[in-house]
Amino acid sequence: MWITLRRSLVLHKAITGSVQAGHGRWSAVLRWFSVSCGTNQTDRPHVGIVGSGPAGFYTAQQILKSHGDAVVDVYERLPVPFGLARFGIAPDHPETKNCINQFTTTALSNRCSFIGNVNVGKDVKLDELLQAYDAVILCYGAEDDRTFGIPGEHLQGVYSARAFVGWYNGLPANSNLEPDVSAETAVILGQGNVTLDVARILLSPIERLEKTDICEHALEVLKKSQVQTVYIVGRRGPLQVSFTIKELREMTKLEGCKAVFDPVDFRTIQDKLPSIPRPRKRLTELMCKTALDESTSQNASIKKWSLKFQRSPLQLLAEAGGEKISRVRFEVNDLVEQSDGSVQAYGTGVHEDLPCGLVFRSIGYKSIPIDDRVPFDRRKGVIPNINGRVVITSSTDESGKDVSLIPGLYCSGWVRNGPIGVIATTMNDAFQTGELVVQDIKSGTIKTTGPTKGFELIGSLLHSRGVKPVFFDQWRKIDQIEQERGSELGKPREKIISVQEMLDIAYKQNGS
Amino acid sequence: MAGTSSSKAKEKREMVTVNFIDRDGDKMTVNAKVGDSLLDVAKDNDVDLEGACEGTLSCSTCHLIFKPDEMETLKLDEPSDEELDMLDLAYGLEDTSRLGCQIMVAKTFEGITVSVPKAHRDIRDL
Ligand SMILES: Cc1cc2nc3c(=O)[nH]c(=O)nc-3n(C[C@H](O)[C@H](O)[C@H](O)COP(=O)(O)OP(=O)(O)OC[C@H]3O[C@@H](n4cnc5c(N)ncnc54)[C@H](O)[C@@H]3O)c2cc1C
Ligand SMILES: NC(=O)c1ccc[n+]([C@@H]2O[C@H](COP(=O)([O-])OP(=O)(O)OC[C@H]3O[C@@H](n4cnc5c(N)ncnc54)[C@H](OP(=O)(O)O)[C@@H]3O)[C@@H](O)[C@H]2O)c1
Ligand code: FES
Repeated sequence: MWITLRRSLVLHKAITGSVQAGHGRWSAVLRWFSVSCGTNQTDRPHVGIVGSGPAGFYTAQQILKSHGDAVVDVYERLPVPFGLARFGIAPDHPETKNCINQFTTTALSNRCSFIGNVNVGKDVKLDELLQAYDAVILCYGAEDDRTFGIPGEHLQGVYSARAFVGWYNGLPANSNLEPDVSAETAVILGQGNVTLDVARILLSPIERLEKTDICEHALEVLKKSQVQTVYIVGRRGPLQVSFTIKELREMTKLEGCKAVFDPVDFRTIQDKLPSIPRPRKRLTELMCKTALDESTSQNASIKKWSLKFQRSPLQLLAEAGGEKISRVRFEVNDLVEQSDGSVQAYGTGVHEDLPCGLVFRSIGYKSIPIDDRVPFDRRKGVIPNINGRVVITSSTDESGKDVSLIPGLYCSGWVRNGPIGVIATTMNDAFQTGELVVQDIKSGTIKTTGPTKGFELIGSLLHSRGVKPVFFDQWRKIDQIEQERGSELGKPREKIISVQEMLDIAYKQNGS
Repeated sequence: MAGTSSSKAKEKREMVTVNFIDRDGDKMTVNAKVGDSLLDVAKDNDVDLEGACEGTLSCSTCHLIFKPDEMETLKLDEPSDEELDMLDLAYGLEDTSRLGCQIMVAKTFEGITVSVPKAHRDIRDL
């Protein structure tokens, strides 16, 4: 036990470069000590989690709860934790971000460590994690987005919603986006909740955004925005929209902004309302009410937004000789009900142009393979799995029956299910996966690894590669500075967007 | 968060007994302070109910299911549009579903049983 503890301490110091252990550092050391005292460190199941978003933290929470001895290390590519809870959830939805408080409680548990600034697949390979941990759970989300693959998608003024969200939320990779919002008319392609986030940010009065943790660089650009009208265009009909009612209701109440829907789209649907099951029914009712009820339109609104249906983009066009988007060419669709009850859109050959100066593509995120050892279903964009246990499917058998398990490897969250689902969905999935891992540990299905385990092994590998992790107490320094900068601006937080600045703060010695 | 404060007024409040059936189907009988939300009661008694948004009507992870006959006699206030909006996203929605953070314990709650919905495994996986 002592040897283990001493080695850990030396390692921790070597990695953090700490000479004097400050208060935060000591608490990490003490946590290590108290864990080491209970059971022999090497007897404990060690679980490595890749990704510190909701899936990562909820999976960790479940494992810590269901297994009184397990130690969980959460690896994160960025120096800062929480994934889309920090970089996705809209700045004007602070309540939704309250889940971060619970993640913080989990991270502060003496059996959990956050290990940021480690890019799994590059800085450390999956095989190495599998050697060091009894179980590895991939929770790395969806780092890319879907494209249409149509001409003109790369014109100036055409953005992916994912990049735009990353930009206003301070994701380092998107901080230089500088979207051109000088046009009066914007088109968002796709009708999910991300679309409504983008529309709300574009149409909100600036005073409403100023009080949120939206990045200052985004506020500066949005202050100059000329956008007055936002068209939200879907390939199918009102009964197939993917956004949810709370988000729609919020849009219908947006100050200084009016929802203008075409009543024609809703008259026939209104008759079908009684036969539509909840939750679709309430959502459709609200759309019908907004479309058909004159009294819901706000007065004195200059800005407006509108839903357009049964239109698939064929081409994004610039003015002759130019590079800047000027209109979207759509094909009008017919909707056909399939034998399984689903409704699909088929092009009618009729084309229609919608003039605009700004386009967002918001048709979903997309997961990517991060390590050549991770099996990946490119068609579905997920890690193939059965109940969260990662499997290799034989290429000859698409039915999924001829599969072999990769022992000790699991997945949860968006990378398991595809980029759909709210926090509650991701949480349920993570709890199930966590429970499954604990079952496999307890039943002996997972073979325990050798005597040197977990971060002891990975930490020295990272050290030898010159990769310096960021631990949770170091994130808390970044967190504190962000909150201080925010309070000077009358906001809950001003996010730091430069990775280098994050690292400088994290590694800075106390008092220096 | 509400429910954790120990002001004198709260100390004196009446207590009732409430039963929770947790995700695994196990029953827990706990003491609940009149006036606390069912989410507070669950949290205070280590009942596994997440409450991810901490009672701000933004997550639906505090979803609880009442027994139809008890729901009938309790005569709870009708859910607001905002509560219904969140319930629309809840797992395993039933007619007697409510959000635990919106339901305040009353004296009439003595002996009632509420269930945390079982987490559903996706049918595609089975
Ligand atoms: C724009 C947007 C807004 C949303 N708003 C809401 C909302 O208001 N309410 C709601 O309930 N849900 C919302 N959601 C859904 C919610 O964010 C997801 O359900 C949830 O975040 C998915 O969790 P996850 O952990 O699977 O993925 P993520 O949150 O994406 O976490 C994945 C983590 O893995 C890390 N990672 C990636 N690659 C590596 C690597 N190679 N090595 C190490 N780490 C890696 C990433 O940096 C990230 O931190 C929103 C989603 C989006 C996109
Ligand atoms: N406030 C919130 O709670 C919140 C906020 C943001 C995100 N989220 C959640 O995060 C998840 C992801 O959201 P999302 O908006 O990215 O995805 P989404 O809900 O899956 O919506 C994607 C939209 O893109 C459309 N689309 C996909 N492929 C298309 C194509 N080739 N051509 C035309 N349209 C296409 C879809 O239409 P079809 O249906 O026709 O495919 C759908 O309208 C969702 O579960 C969402 O609820 C929640
Ligand atoms: S705790 Fe989130 S809705 Fe009740």
